[in-house]
Amino acid sequence: MSQREIFALRDYLGPELKGRTISDARHSVSLTNILSQTCLDTCRSKLSGRSVLLSMSGQLLSGLAMIEIDGIVRRMLLCPPDLNPDYLETLIADAEIDAVVTDNPERWTLTGIALVVSVGLPVTPARPDQTECATEWLMLTSGTSGVPKIAGHTLEGLSGAIVAEGAARGTPPVWATFYDIRRYGGLQIFLRAIIGGGSMVLSEYGEALADHVARLQARGVSHISGTPSHWRKLLMSGSAAGFSPRYVRLSGEIADQAVLDGLAQAFPNASVGHAYASTEAGVGFAVNDGREGFPASLIGPNRDGVEMKVVDGSLCIRSRRAAHAYVGKAAAALTDADGFVDTGDMVELRGDRYYFVGRRGGIINIGGLKVHPEEIEAVINRHADVRMSRAKSRRSPITGSIVVADVILTADGAGRAKEIRDEILSDCRASLASHKVPAVIRFVDALDVTPAGKLARSDA
Amino acid sequence: MKEIAAEQKVNLPPLTDDLSLHETGFDSLAFAILVARLEDDLGIDPFTISEDAAFPLTVGDFVRAYENVPA
Repeated sequence: MSQREIFALRDYLGPELKGRTISDARHSVSLTNILSQTCLDTCRSKLSGRSVLLSMSGQLLSGLAMIEIDGIVRRMLLCPPDLNPDYLETLIADAEIDAVVTDNPERWTLTGIALVVSVGLPVTPARPDQTECATEWLMLTSGTSGVPKIAGHTLEGLSGAIVAEGAARGTPPVWATFYDIRRYGGLQIFLRAIIGGGSMVLSEYGEALADHVARLQARGVSHISGTPSHWRKLLMSGSAAGFSPRYVRLSGEIADQAVLDGLAQAFPNASVGHAYASTEAGVGFAVNDGREGFPASLIGPNRDGVEMKVVDGSLCIRSRRAAHAYVGKAAAALTDADGFVDTGDMVELRGDRYYFVGRRGGIINIGGLKVHPEEIEAVINRHADVRMSRAKSRRSPITGSIVVADVILTADGAGRAKEIRDEILSDCRASLASHKVPAVIRFVDALDVTPAGKLARSDA
Repeated sequence: MKEIAAEQKVNLPPLTDDLSLHETGFDSLAFAILVARLEDDLGIDPFTISEDAAFPLTVGDFVRAYENVPA
């Protein structure tokens, strides 16, 4: 590979674009002259060719460090903030980590890692670096239990969908996401901001939603992404009034018709799209027609280098945007012999469209019959007075288990709980098989959402 | 039981103590729903608490199963 074929984040950060920033709740850093500045200490020159663990308390320093070391280091491993520290030793061994970039260097002094580079603000002037290699980006899967798997990506693969969609027209976008940028969904948005010539407003752990939205408005956010659970929480909070993005994106969970319609109503001037992506398979596709599911015509090869097929109901993807491997000594194969990643996301063809029905591993068993909780939630969520719901199984002495549903009502619906319960049950009976109709509906004030922004499913 | 009968579209005969549960027209799913809702309302599920609870045969047995649970 010749030197000029390798591209790195610094290639998108020339000084010619003025007014670009990356900010969190406390700091805003100009991206315009970022290449002639550094947030790393003087040991940064020793990072060349190393396998680097990025261990930062916040997203801003993580983003700045990614910009600085991409194209310099052999590998960088991104650690989301909720990573269980017990898993670090295994991950460090599997990723052959020999350097840490951190804002807490004391924590790493006695760990046996040869090089610890500290990172902090403010940025200071420095000689711009030259790209030396194509860095391997290591991302952790967000499975619910056990040591996460390490998925190996390249910047080229990670940015495949961004390049395919082309640059946004008009004013450069100001991107925001409810995700953490150290997860696949959040990293996509960070890369969109950097590669698309825009700015980035980061989320802040523990910040109240109303304060977050006020900050998004104050910074002029025009493009924003989150999971359907993130968006339902925002719609419920009443904080969305006055916020007027141009593009609203959902990913990471099934975007049902109710949340798409809710967002179209709350943001009449925005285009609302939902995307399918996973840490392993990369970005599969985006759907912008305002309808749940996706056109059946997307199955098969497409011109952006993504090929999809459905095997036993599960969506399988072969793509240049997919991770190239799981990294580690005992790592499993990421793809089948033909190069397809089995996503485990189950789809169903109705007419000329595929609909997501749930996760293969999330099936609940009701008296021997298999049920995806998501298909029940999609029906419940269609009720105008419902904001969010979670279906799950509950042990029953009679049938082994039954379906129960926890439901959050809108403010308008709160006074009519009994009536709404009957309406929901009758909706469910009209469109679901009888064993899928919830036996008990409980009205709750809140539902747990995981750090990855997905509805917590303890029994899944 | 009437609420669930209406939901499940079951024609419930007049409920008497010696009516057999089979004759109520309730299937196992309807009973599972009944037991779950009673557990939510009363805080008890006599069929799970007691391993040797005989499964009731009549409406009267069913009601007694709840009456016999220590409060």
